[in-house]
Amino acid sequence: MLLFPTMALVTLLVFSIIRLLPGDIVTLMLSEQGYAADKAQLERMLGLDQPFYRQYLTYIGRVLQGDLGVSFWTKEPVLEEIMRRLPVSLELAVLAMLVGLVLALPAGIFSAIRQDTWLDYLFRSGAIGGLSIPGFWMATVVIVAASIWWQWVPPMRYTPFTRDPVKNLAQLWLPAFILGLALSASVMRMTRSMVLEVLREDYVRTAWAKGLSETVVVTRHVLKNAMIPVVTVMGLQLSTLIGGTVIMETIFVLPGMGKFLLDAIAWRDYPVIQGINLFLATGVIVVNLVVDLVYGFLDPRIRYG
Amino acid sequence: MSVRASRAGVVKANEAGVAARVFGGIRRKPLGALGGALILLLVATALLAPAIAPYDPLKIKSSERLQPPSASHLLGTDDFGRDILSRVIYGARISMLLGLGAVAISTLLAAVIGIISGYYGGRVDTVLQRCIDTMMAFPGLVVLLTIMAMLGQGLGNVILALGIGGTAGNARIIRSAVLAVRENQYVEVARATGCRDWQIIVRHILPNIAAPIMVVATLGLGVAILAESSLSFLGFGVPPPTPSWGAMLSGSGRTFMLQAPWMAVFPGIAISLAVFGFNMLGDALRDFLDPKLRGGPQRRT
Repeated sequence: MLLFPTMALVTLLVFSIIRLLPGDIVTLMLSEQGYAADKAQLERMLGLDQPFYRQYLTYIGRVLQGDLGVSFWTKEPVLEEIMRRLPVSLELAVLAMLVGLVLALPAGIFSAIRQDTWLDYLFRSGAIGGLSIPGFWMATVVIVAASIWWQWVPPMRYTPFTRDPVKNLAQLWLPAFILGLALSASVMRMTRSMVLEVLREDYVRTAWAKGLSETVVVTRHVLKNAMIPVVTVMGLQLSTLIGGTVIMETIFVLPGMGKFLLDAIAWRDYPVIQGINLFLATGVIVVNLVVDLVYGFLDPRIRYG
Repeated sequence: MSVRASRAGVVKANEAGVAARVFGGIRRKPLGALGGALILLLVATALLAPAIAPYDPLKIKSSERLQPPSASHLLGTDDFGRDILSRVIYGARISMLLGLGAVAISTLLAAVIGIISGYYGGRVDTVLQRCIDTMMAFPGLVVLLTIMAMLGQGLGNVILALGIGGTAGNARIIRSAVLAVRENQYVEVARATGCRDWQIIVRHILPNIAAPIMVVATLGLGVAILAESSLSFLGFGVPPPTPSWGAMLSGSGRTFMLQAPWMAVFPGIAISLAVFGFNMLGDALRDFLDPKLRGGPQRRT
């Protein structure tokens, strides 16, 4: 179980965020925000009056009970605040991933089986172009264009899916599409190189030699094996995807985790910054673990002891 | 006489060989060549900025605010009356500085970690790899934001944050390259003849992992430029009035998007072309240096 040491290091790192800040954080917080009456009280609040290892153990103990601390700003539990915003970011991310897959898989496969033709160059240039354009810039251009031509502006109020699915999707499809476009670029590139690699395998040559049609060779022999690493790439994309949601939430005024993080940084709300970092890192680790397990399931050659 | 003639002939043949190889390379990797050309243009612009920029990029002229592109200001002016073309040209310097600085930090750290991890293996490797896992668990942009929140704004801090942010992924790639090289017989021979570890690393490992390091660094330059623009957009980039492409694109460039679209459009194009160039070049380098991906697929004939 490689999970435990990694999680221990993650918590240690997150725990250290406040303590690694240059300068005296306590004085800074006291002068800037007036979190507490005096320095001693604030140090007690942050638990800074105890030795380092005690502080860390207390922190771990709290985290294991689901207590990520209380926001300095709203005075509410951080975990509750995160949970309230999670569905927005999650929906955006899932939609973006769907868009990304629908665009990337066909493009990657065609690009590989028609390597070095104009279609390949077109898809590859498109993919690298997609990787080269800042997402926030594309989103801005789209919003400006839409407001000039159709007098459309993104709604300022967020409608949850449970209240009005149509209105919710009308609000989310555009940021999801832009995010998915950026995501599809790297998935397309991975798909292409994996298909290319499998195309050179002996069993594919055998399949050709048997006189099978291109469709059969590609779908039955190539894709089955080429798709396995692509699953891993999807897992690795999670990190990029989360970064993308931060930006899209800012542009389209969506009350998700990314917006929450930015606000917390602006307000120097350290328990929230810590909480979000811990939450996201745990999420990434768990998803990658699931991906690894799926990998073992898809490819019987890989087994975990 | 005949020897000299034949030697001249050899030299000529070599020259022809180089030219043929260059043209052959362009024909086989047209996208990579395009990327290389873009990067040459970027480097030249950065180096020659004072000579080719028509105006001072920081000169404020309120009488010439928000002018559309014209003969005197080819790409227009911004909300302070500064010449956009000059700012884009000087921005190439900032982007190169940012990119090179960040890549130098991340590649150096990654090479040290990757080589130690891959070469020594065992417990050292396990510990280092768990640390890398930990760093990779934090989403890239979130790490950058958190580091920037801790360090505060400034060009140096952006470079440092981008460098640290890029280390983990690079370390993993370099480690796997070291693992592959370590198994070679010449390493075994070197060890058997009594070479010290550092000698083996410097003489035998480093030259053989230079190729992946080059690819990683090239792609990293594009990533750094793009990440800087995202940071600028979120308000954590290079502070004004430094003409950074990311800052031009996201600050007042977004505010005046409707009135003066040229303010954001041209730095945006500059970023995209630069990143496009680094990606294309990095891709071509990888295809070229990785024999496994060289040549076309085997197809039915």
